[in-house]
Amino acid sequence: MQLVACENLTLGYEGEKVVSDLSFTVHAGDYLCIVGENGSGKSTLMKTLLGLKTQMAGRIEIGGGLENSEIGYLPQQTVVQKDFPASVREVVRSGCLNRSGIRPFYSKAEKQMAEDNMELLGIRMLAKRCYRELSGGQQQRTLLARALCAARKILLLDEPAAGLDPKAAADMYDLIERLNHDGITMIMISHDMEASVKYASHILHIGNQSALFFGTKKDYLESGAGHIYAGLGGAQA
Amino acid sequence: MMIMLDKLSFYWQYPFVQYALIVGVLIALCSSLLGVTLVLKRFSFIGDGLSHVAFGAMAIATAVNLSNRFFLVLPATVLCAVLLLRAGQNTRIKGDAAIAMISVGALAIGYLIMNLFSKSSNLSGDVCATLFGSTSILTLSETEVWLCVVLSVLVIAVFLLFYHKIFAVTFDEDFSTATGVSAKTYNLILAIIIAVVIVLAMNLVGALLISALVIFPALSAMRIFKSFKAVSICSVIVSVACAVMGILISILAGTPVGSTIVAVDIVGFFSFGFVGVFMKGAKTL
Ligand SMILES: Nc1ncnc2c1ncn2[C@@H]1O[C@H](COP(=O)(O)OP(=O)(O)OP(=O)(O)O)[C@@H](O)[C@H]1O
Ligand SMILES: [Mg+2]
Repeated sequence: MQLVACENLTLGYEGEKVVSDLSFTVHAGDYLCIVGENGSGKSTLMKTLLGLKTQMAGRIEIGGGLENSEIGYLPQQTVVQKDFPASVREVVRSGCLNRSGIRPFYSKAEKQMAEDNMELLGIRMLAKRCYRELSGGQQQRTLLARALCAARKILLLDEPAAGLDPKAAADMYDLIERLNHDGITMIMISHDMEASVKYASHILHIGNQSALFFGTKKDYLESGAGHIYAGLGGAQA
Repeated sequence: MMIMLDKLSFYWQYPFVQYALIVGVLIALCSSLLGVTLVLKRFSFIGDGLSHVAFGAMAIATAVNLSNRFFLVLPATVLCAVLLLRAGQNTRIKGDAAIAMISVGALAIGYLIMNLFSKSSNLSGDVCATLFGSTSILTLSETEVWLCVVLSVLVIAVFLLFYHKIFAVTFDEDFSTATGVSAKTYNLILAIIIAVVIVLAMNLVGALLISALVIFPALSAMRIFKSFKAVSICSVIVSVACAVMGILISILAGTPVGSTIVAVDIVGFFSFGFVGVFMKGAKTL
C-alpha cells in the first residue's frame, strides 16, 4: 500500500530553490532513511511532507487513507520559550492529543501509553521535572516519547540520534526497528550512515540541489553515491 | 481591625459592593487563565493593544450614541485579536510591532473622536475613567453583572474544554499541526476568548491596566511552579486573591479600584519572586 508518493518536488524558501526534482515513494511498512549533507534540504522535505510548508513545484500524494492524526513527528529543533512551565509528563502526553479528538481529557489508555513510552526511553524518573531544565539528550528523549505517542501509522524522525549517548542511541535504533516490525512506517533523517544502512529498507540520498539516489538499501550500496557516502561513514555492509 | 470589619460588613449590605466582588473575581479568574498562554506566546502586550482597540471602539460608540456600546466594542476587539494573533506567525510585521501599531493607533483615534464628538463637559475625566478604570465597577447594573457572569462561564468552559490542546499548541505549534491538532483553530479560539476577557476587564481596571491583570499572576506563578497545570492553577488563585483584596482595600481606603488591584498584584509578584529565590537557595544548599 502506497502511503506517500512524491513527483518532481521542488522545495525552497521564498523563491529560492533548495532542492529540485525529488521523486520517491513510501509504502506501508517501509523504513526510509534520508541522508545528505548539512543544508541539502532534508528537514525542509520532511516539513513539506507534513504540510508545515508548501512545495514550490511538484506533487505530493498521500495515500492509504493516511491522516495527519496518525503521524508521529520528531522535529530537528524545537524552540521552546525560556521559562516555559511544562513537565516531561505533560509534554509526552501531549503526543496523545491527536487520537483524543474533541474529548477534553486523556483517557486511561492514553495516560498509560505515555507512561509506557517514558519507560521505553528511560525518562520515567524525570516525569515531574521541568522540560526546560533537562539536558539536551533528555529533552530529545522526551520529544521522542511524545512522537511515539502520536504515531499510529507512520513516524517521521528528524535526526533522532542527535544528542543521545551511544547506548541510548543504540536502544533507540532497536526500538525503532521493533516498531517498524510491528507495522509502523518509518521515515528517518540521519547522519549516522552505519545505522542507516544497517536498519533501513530504502534510502533517499539528497545531493547538491537534486536527488542523488532513491531506491532500496541493496541497490544503494552498489551505486556510486552509496560507495562514496557509506565509505565516508565507515560502514562495511 | 474591628472598625475595618464593621466598615466592611456595613458596605457588604449594598448590592453594588456584592456585584463588584462577583465581577472582580470572575474577571480576575478569566484573565489569569489566559495570562499563562499569552505570556508564553510572547503576547504579554496583547492585553494592552486590544484594550486600546476597545477604547477606540468605545469612543466611536459614544460618538454615534449607540445605546448598547457592547455591540460595537466586542466585535471590533475580537476582529483585532484575530488579526494580531495571526500576525504573530509569519508576516512582515512581527507580533510586538503589530500590537504596538494597532494599540497606539486606536488610542489616538479614540481620543481624537472623543474630543471631536463628546458632549460631556468633563472630557478628561471620561477619558481617564476609560483608561484607568473608574469607580464604574461600583456602579454596575444587574444586567451587566449577568452578562459578565455568562461570558465568564463561557470563557472558563472553553478553556477547560480545550486545556490540553491549548497547552500543546502553545508548547510546539509545528508538532501540533503536523500531527493533526490544528494550531490555527485553537489560536483562533484563543483570540476570541482573549478579546471577550479584555472587553469585560475594561470595566474593572480600565484599558491601561488590563495587561497587569493578565501578566502578573502568570509571572508570579512561574516563579515557583514548573508544570503548566500547577502554574495555571496557582495563577488563578493568586489572581482571584489579589482581586478580592484589592477591591476590599479600595472600598476601605477609598482608592481607585483598578490601580489598587494592580498594586496588590505587584506585591504578590515580588513575594512569589522572593519565595522562588528562597526555594532555589534551599535546593542548592
Ligand atoms: N526558515 C528558512 N528560511 C529560509 N531558508 C531556510 C529556512 N530553513 C532552512 N533554510 C535553508 O534551506 C536549506 C536546507 O535546510 P534544511 O534545514 O532542510 O537542511 P538539512 O538537510 O535538514 O540540514 P541539516 O543536516 O543541517 O539538518 C539550507 O540552505 C537553509 O539555509
Ligand atoms: Mg535538518
